[in-house]
Amino acid sequence: MDVQTLTFLIVGGSFALYIAIAIWARAGSTNDFYVAGGGVPPVMNGMATAADWMSAASFISMAGLISFMGYDGAVYLMGWTGGYVLLALCLAPYLRKFGKFTVPDFIGDRYYSQTARTVAVFCAIFVCFTYVAGQMRGVGVVFSRFLEVDIVTGVIIGMGIVFFYTVLGGMKGITYTQVAQYCVLIFAYIVPAVFISMMVTGHILPQTGFGATLADGSGVFLLDKLDGLSTELGFNEYTSGTKSTIDVFFITFALMVGTAGLPHVIVRFFTVPKVRDARKSAGYALAFIAILYTTAPSLAAFARVNMIETINGPDAMGTSYAEAPTWIKNWEQTGLIGFEDKNGDGKMFYSGDERNEMRVDRDIMVLANPEIANLPAWVIALVAAGGVAAALSTSAGLLLVISTSVSHDLLKRNFAPNITDKAELFYARLAAAVAICIAGYFGINPPGFVAQVVAFAFGLAASSFFPAIIMGIFSKRMNDKGAVSGMLAGIAFTAAYIIYFKFVNPAANVPENWWFGISPEGIGTLGMLVNFGVAFAVFKMTDEAPEEIQQLVESIRFPKGAGEASAH
Amino acid sequence: MAFKNDDDKSAYWRENLALLAKLLVVWFVVSFGAGILFVEQLNTIQFFGFKLGFWFAQQGSIYVFVALIFVYMAKMNAMDKKYGVDEE
Repeated sequence: MDVQTLTFLIVGGSFALYIAIAIWARAGSTNDFYVAGGGVPPVMNGMATAADWMSAASFISMAGLISFMGYDGAVYLMGWTGGYVLLALCLAPYLRKFGKFTVPDFIGDRYYSQTARTVAVFCAIFVCFTYVAGQMRGVGVVFSRFLEVDIVTGVIIGMGIVFFYTVLGGMKGITYTQVAQYCVLIFAYIVPAVFISMMVTGHILPQTGFGATLADGSGVFLLDKLDGLSTELGFNEYTSGTKSTIDVFFITFALMVGTAGLPHVIVRFFTVPKVRDARKSAGYALAFIAILYTTAPSLAAFARVNMIETINGPDAMGTSYAEAPTWIKNWEQTGLIGFEDKNGDGKMFYSGDERNEMRVDRDIMVLANPEIANLPAWVIALVAAGGVAAALSTSAGLLLVISTSVSHDLLKRNFAPNITDKAELFYARLAAAVAICIAGYFGINPPGFVAQVVAFAFGLAASSFFPAIIMGIFSKRMNDKGAVSGMLAGIAFTAAYIIYFKFVNPAANVPENWWFGISPEGIGTLGMLVNFGVAFAVFKMTDEAPEEIQQLVESIRFPKGAGEASAH
Repeated sequence: MAFKNDDDKSAYWRENLALLAKLLVVWFVVSFGAGILFVEQLNTIQFFGFKLGFWFAQQGSIYVFVALIFVYMAKMNAMDKKYGVDEE
C-alpha cells in the first residue's frame, strides 16, 4: 500500500474512534458538560490533560524550534513543564476543593465581585481564542500536506470532528477522546524518535541516545559532534545559547506561571472526584507530558546532525542537487525547503554564514523526519494522525472553556441567573458551536499575527489569573479591590509592552530597547510582579476581605468534605 | 469544623507551607539555578555525553519536576491522614 492510502486509513480510523467515544460519552447535564460529572479517574485525567496541553505546536514545531535554537530551546522545555509543579502544589488541590466549574467562578466568588468575574471572563475568552486559531490552522496544514486536500477542506473536516464531540459530549466527550488522542499522539511521536535514535546512536531510548556516542564507530559523542559541526558551519555552538541569561530566565518564568494560569489547563482539575485525585492527576499529567518533552530535545539533536550530513555530505563539501534524496524534492514543493545554487556548482550546502544555499523551515524536523530516516510508510501515516490528534485535542479543550465562559460565567452568573440547567446546557452547546465556527474562520483566514499573539496568551495568563488565584488561596485577607486593581494593572502593563514591540513599533523589537533586556515573550513575569505589587498596595489602604470569605478560604485549605463540583 | 481544634488547623497549614517551600526551592534550583543561572559553570562538568548544565536545562529539570509532584502527593496524603482531614 502506498503512503497516501495508509494515511487515509490511519487518520480515518482515528476519527472513527473519536466519534465512537463521543457517542458513548454524551453529556446529560451541565455538570457532565462542564466537568465530566466530576468522575474522571486520575490517570485518565492525567492523559487527557497531557493531550489538552500538547498542541499542534508541541507536536509539530517544538523539536524543530529546539533544533535551530540549541540550548535556548530549554525555555520551552522547562517553561512548559515547570508550570505543572506550581499547578500541582499551589493551585489544583485548592481549586478542586473549592468545587466550581470555571476559573472566573473562583475569582468572582473569592473576591465577591462581579467586576472581578467579568475581567476574568474576558481574559479567559481572549486567551483561548488566541490559542485556538493556531490549532485549527495546524489541522489544515497537516491535512493538506499528508492527504493532499486543500487547507480549507482540511480545516472544515477538523471543525466537523471537533464540533461533533464537543457539542455532543462537552467535557465528558472531550476527556475520553483526549485519552485516545494522547495514545495516538505519543505513539506517533515516540516511534520515529526510537528509529532515529537507533540509527544515529544505537540506543533504543532517545533520552539516553542524546548523550551517547555516534553509531558510526568514531567514538565521538553526539553533542560534541553537533557542537563541532555548528561552529564549523558558522552557527553558534549547539549547547550554548544566544539569548541573554536574564531573558532566558524571564521567558522561562513567564511560560511557567502562564501555564499554571491557563484556564483550559486549570479546569481539567475540576473533573476528578477528590482533592487527592487532583494532586495525583497533576503528577500523571506531567509524567505523560514529560515523555514527549524529554524526547523532543533528543529528536532535535538527531535531526540536526542527520540533516546537516545529508545535505552537506560526509566530507562536508556539499552534495549534488540532481541526486538529492526524494524527500528534499517532496518538501521543496510545499515551500518548506528551498535551494538556491549561489556558487553554481550544482551542489547543496547548508551553513550559518555566506556559504549557505538552503532555506529550511523548522516544522520539517518532525514532519519530514521519517522520510529523512527512510522509515516505513506506516510511520509517516502515523505522524500525520499524531499531528491531527494533537491539534484536535487542544482545540476541543479551548473551545469548551470559551463555551463555559459564555453560558455559565456570562449568562448564568451575570445576565440570567434563573435559567434552568437544561436551558444553560443548550446555551453551552450553542456557544461551543459558534466558537468552533469562529475558530474555523481564523483557521482558513489566519490573521498574520497568530505567532505573535501566543506571547500574549501566556503573558496575560501570567499577569492576570496566576497572581489572583495564588493570593486568593494563600492570603485569606486579600480583598476585591486589591485583586481587581492588581489584575488590571498586570494586564495593562503586559499588554502595553507586547503591543508596543509587536505591533506599534516592531522595528524597535531588539535587545537594546527592551527594559532590563527582557523580550516581550518574557514580560509576563514582570507583569505578574506588577500585579502582586499593586494588589498588596491597594489592599493595605482598604478593608480586608469579609469574615465569610476568610472562612471560605480556610475551608479550601484542607481536603475533607470536597463534594462534586457544583454551581452552588 | 473538620479539625479537632484551631491549633491543629494552623499546625496543618504551617506544615503544608513548609513542605511547599522545600519543594519549590528544589524546583527553583534545578531549573533556574542549574539550567539557567549557573549553566556555564556546570557545563564544565561532563555527564555521560552531556555538559551537565545543558543536561539540566533540556532533560534533568523535567525529571525532577515529575518527581516533585509525586513526593508532594505522598507527603500531603500522609499529612491529611495525620490531621484527620483526608477524604474517605
